[in-house]
Amino acid sequence: MKITRRIEFSSSHVCAIPGRTEAENRALYGAAANPHGHGHNYALEVTIAGEPDPVTGMIVDLKEVKEILNQEVVTPFDHRHLNYEVPPFDKIVPTTENMALEIWRRLAPHFTGAKGKLDLVRLYETEDLYVEYAGEQA
Amino acid sequence: MRLTRRYRFCASHRLHSDELTEAQNDATYGKCNNPYGHGHNYVLEVTIRGSVHPVTGLMHDLPTLDEFVTQEIVSRYDHRNLNEQVPELAGLVPTTEVVSAVIHARLDRGWPQEWPALDRVRIWETRNNIFEVNKEIQ
Repeated sequence: MKITRRIEFSSSHVCAIPGRTEAENRALYGAAANPHGHGHNYALEVTIAGEPDPVTGMIVDLKEVKEILNQEVVTPFDHRHLNYEVPPFDKIVPTTENMALEIWRRLAPHFTGAKGKLDLVRLYETEDLYVEYAGEQA
Repeated sequence: MRLTRRYRFCASHRLHSDELTEAQNDATYGKCNNPYGHGHNYVLEVTIRGSVHPVTGLMHDLPTLDEFVTQEIVSRYDHRNLNEQVPELAGLVPTTEVVSAVIHARLDRGWPQEWPALDRVRIWETRNNIFEVNKEIQ
């Protein structure tokens, strides 16, 4: 069985590879390369897989999930400029793809089995674009 | 990793099969059999599957995908009558099951080989009716 918790955070970012010209970055990322930055209301869905505990009837304690998501994602990401304030995005480009990978890296150690296993991270940059990562290689 | 992009088109249709009697059409399709037709705001989700480029942080160039889907589907389906004006649907009953399969087949046929794989097509006929197709489930 799977359970999904959704959270939202709002952040600014610039999609640009350091060391490349603005024109080169605009060719790659379009308007997202604007050096002054722009922002999104991100929505994150985190899916945990496991079996309901026979006594509590719960796969995982959602209060704990909420705390973990706040600690690992909302507090560090919300109302921040990702490139300047949220490592590793000072070194790697904060595309939705890279953000989903980073969020998986932050959350996976908290959900290793006893508390349910991290099954999927789905990150919406806008209503019309989302990325899903399930821990697969590459 | 999977990335999903959402598109929209508004179209009219009528569900009616020439192989069924008037009574059978009415029983099968109900108000969707209205001879004057009706319409929906369709949402089309196209999901691609691949890996993230280590430097750009991107799976795929989205404007290229947008251009392809717009050219193949959106610009040809939007504000059209699906029964009368979309050649690949001619002679078919444009249920959203059929529309999903036809759209998947058209995208799959023109899909550039060097792109990340076409993973799934999902169509929302209304907020409440959702259909999905991939190569395994046609």
